[in-house]
Amino acid sequence: MSQPVLVAQNLTKTYGNNVIFRNISLSVNERDTIVIVGPSGTGKSTLLRCLNLLTKADSGKIWLDGVEITDPTCCSEDECRQRIGMVFQNFLLFNHLTALDNVMIGLTKVKKMPKEQARRKAVEELERVGLVDRAGHYPGQLSGGQQQRVAIARALAMEPRVMLFDEPTSALDPELIGEVLAVMKQLAREGMTMLVVTHEMGFAREVANRMIFMEKGQILEEGTPDDLFERPKYERTRQFLWKIAELHGRKAPEENG
Amino acid sequence: MAEWFYFFYTALPAFLNGALVTLELTAVGVLAGFVLGLASALGRVYGGRWLRWLAIGYIELFRGTPLLVQLFLVYYGLPGLGLTLDRMPSAFIALALNSGAYQAEYLRGSILAIGEGQMMAGRAIGLSRWQTIRYIILPQALRLAIPAWSNEPVSLLKSTAVAFLIAVPDLMTRAKALAVQTYDPIGAYIAVAVIYLAMVYVLDAFLKLLEERARIPGYSVEGKKA
Repeated sequence: MSQPVLVAQNLTKTYGNNVIFRNISLSVNERDTIVIVGPSGTGKSTLLRCLNLLTKADSGKIWLDGVEITDPTCCSEDECRQRIGMVFQNFLLFNHLTALDNVMIGLTKVKKMPKEQARRKAVEELERVGLVDRAGHYPGQLSGGQQQRVAIARALAMEPRVMLFDEPTSALDPELIGEVLAVMKQLAREGMTMLVVTHEMGFAREVANRMIFMEKGQILEEGTPDDLFERPKYERTRQFLWKIAELHGRKAPEENG
Repeated sequence: MAEWFYFFYTALPAFLNGALVTLELTAVGVLAGFVLGLASALGRVYGGRWLRWLAIGYIELFRGTPLLVQLFLVYYGLPGLGLTLDRMPSAFIALALNSGAYQAEYLRGSILAIGEGQMMAGRAIGLSRWQTIRYIILPQALRLAIPAWSNEPVSLLKSTAVAFLIAVPDLMTRAKALAVQTYDPIGAYIAVAVIYLAMVYVLDAFLKLLEERARIPGYSVEGKKA
């Protein structure tokens, strides 16, 4: 078994009386691709934000490479965050910067890398997502799929230990989803550790080594994609997975199978 | 009429000097006001409770009272507190404080319009809160603010005329002098109105240029694709 990279124990998050999730524990190991699915409003996005310390969990602990990052004395939050890559549903590129500068800014301002070195690194990352020819374009001049690939490059440039994806294809036109999924599949093949919230069941069945089904702020069931699709413990899991597989990614496993 | 032109002609150097003083008052008011306004806008959006209330207090106080009253309080009121200022510094301070309060509101609006998403994205790659404000939020917010904010320099240019009431030798003061000399107040004030109009026209052209230069390719004010 490989090393755990990101571990969460008993995370709870509430807004007022509204419980977003309660006592969530999970462990992401080196080279894992874990897909989280579940109905909307189940707290999946909030969970990713808590793991990245963008939102503070009410209770529970998080470890990154064995160091507890929820312990305020361990390290600065900013330092932890750069080691956890995050990709958002609506891309959130910096609109006033070119694709290249979007990827570079973390290198020059956070890692204090010299400009030339940062530029080379940023070009490499844009190559990785197949967008080096768009380096000088502004986000407003790119398609949604291209914007999301730049956003992935921006996160990768920081050389994160783990990448969190929050419904990375949900805001895309159907014909643009494929290019983003292709980049994510390639990352998985390269051994990137990934935690992905998505409804792309084709991607999940093909790439994920583990799936988590979340509902009403709790992990209802987890296992391999085959476990959850073919031998779920709960009827509810089967119902939900097959419903969204039908809506979204049903074709994908056949194409690649 | 010929007599009036003669006086206008002889008064022209004085008008030009007056116009320079007016421009000086405007420039200092806008620039110092920008610094004050930016600080107050940031304080109001991102500050803790203490800072937020300080910013709100300043903004409301100076937007809620007449510029003329502010000017008089600085020029005639501060000596009572042991601080006596010359005419020009008094005018600079009153205009900057007044303009800062208005600019704060323009800037605050555009900072809020940039939204939490950009802050989240900045923090996610490890930028600190302040770095995200400095490198991500402000470059976008300032660009976004330009069209609405452009009202402020134009408006302030004309508001500087109140400085005439503490005898700052600005354009308005020169007009008054000319009116007295020529016994033709209407002619004098029309002449000065034309000069103000010309200055506003040039300032407007400059602000339009600024707006054009600052535009982000592919990105319009509404945040949609251009």
